[in-house]
Amino acid sequence: MRDFEYSRAESLDGAAGQLGDGASIIAGGTNLLDLMKIQVMVPGRLVDISRLEDLKGISEHGDGLRIGALVTNSELAADARVRSGWPLLSRAILAGASAQIRNKATTGGNLLQRTRCPYFYDTAMACNKRTPGEGCAAQGGVGRMLAIFGTSEHCLAAHPSDMAVALTALAAEVEIRAADGGIRLVPVRELYRLPGDRPDLETVLGAGEIITAVRLPAPRPQTRQVYKKVRDRASYAFALVSVAVAVEMKDERIASVSLACGGVAPCPWTNPEAEQALIGAAPGDDAFATAADALVAQASCHPDTEFKIPLLRRTLIAALREATGLADSAAANPTTRTPA
Amino acid sequence: MRTRLTVNGEPREIEHDTRTTLLDALRDHLGLTGSKKGCDHGQCGACTVLLNGKRVNSCLCLAAMHEGDEVTTIEGLGSPEALNALQKAFVAKDGFQCGFCTPGQIMSATAMLEELRAGEPSYASASLEGDMPLDDAEIAERMSGNLCRCSAYPLIREAIAMAAEVKS
Repeated sequence: MRDFEYSRAESLDGAAGQLGDGASIIAGGTNLLDLMKIQVMVPGRLVDISRLEDLKGISEHGDGLRIGALVTNSELAADARVRSGWPLLSRAILAGASAQIRNKATTGGNLLQRTRCPYFYDTAMACNKRTPGEGCAAQGGVGRMLAIFGTSEHCLAAHPSDMAVALTALAAEVEIRAADGGIRLVPVRELYRLPGDRPDLETVLGAGEIITAVRLPAPRPQTRQVYKKVRDRASYAFALVSVAVAVEMKDERIASVSLACGGVAPCPWTNPEAEQALIGAAPGDDAFATAADALVAQASCHPDTEFKIPLLRRTLIAALREATGLADSAAANPTTRTPA
Repeated sequence: MRTRLTVNGEPREIEHDTRTTLLDALRDHLGLTGSKKGCDHGQCGACTVLLNGKRVNSCLCLAAMHEGDEVTTIEGLGSPEALNALQKAFVAKDGFQCGFCTPGQIMSATAMLEELRAGEPSYASASLEGDMPLDDAEIAERMSGNLCRCSAYPLIREAIAMAAEVKS
């Protein structure tokens, strides 16, 4: 690890004042310290915000919740209100990482974990995310975990968060403190930038901005929420593909649907055409197949990720069957009963 | 820089570099070598300790960030003369081969049984609310942050199930 200065922030203003000039905020540190150890990230200063009380706790906010940026993944997944009202969020968080990581990782940090692929970690290989303009070794390399949507010739990395996929499907917003102290709200689905020719820039956060909370709106009544994740081992692995759906039924038809996918893009991937194909439809494999076709239509695969197209189609259809009551959740989720 | 910690109930103070992880502080500054450095990247769980009662990877904690915090390591559980229930169960069930991952497994299982008592669900739980029977799939899922390269997993799970019964 390269040397750095360390300072513990006493206030949000104090933290903001120390940003810039190679400084990085640290909270849980589970992603940042990992990357610092291999010198993929080399901040000259760490500003520790982990003691800021203003950023802790989950409070009721209108009909929804305000989740402080420092709320740990464990705390959020186990919150009784989240478990009953937003089970999709609990399920997605519990599908990610390990218990040890979830105890340390924070809500804000989970959103801001780096979009990454093995070549980003390997400092002997070219990576435009690490060093803009250097090239992308994933092109022509090996890459079972790479993205299939939203990529560019400069970067193929996928965003690995499960939590962000659920928050996107649940229409959550990120509360951001601007450098001047003002607060702005950004929907989670608009937080991430696609790589284009600057894969080193991953979010719309500006200089000196700090995520202070996530706001979770009340779920629509009568919605059923499902998170389905497929991975190479039974636990503690990133998604090959994952699907989060919240489906509202009315008179045995789909009245509204919110959909987001993980493991397939540099951000939680959404597709309004796929959602539109379901609205007003009677649940069934015809409607689900139409939506799945719309979802995968824009895929652009590396040779190693072509398997993700049929896998994503099937995962979406399985999630929709479960969310519309055509399959029960225990039968539809047999992998969760298999010992690791 | 200086950091004060409470380790296994004792106040300790260390003088260290900003880069020192909690794991290195425990092993190299305080001589508590029970916590192991396996991968040093949070993937193997051999460094698992309790931080203010919660299990964490001590390799992914900066000592500087834990001023005043309480840390429990394997040395803070039973002693060789007086093993605690989990330690006894690992011996009774032969829940290891080389033993390198064992301190992390036992620290992780210690916290896991507390999480279960608090009614926290896991990815393997059929329901997010209500009772969670501690079956084999639950133990496997809840312990997935601890690798055993000897692959003693079936016996590790049996040991944890045995200790859970003793506790309840």
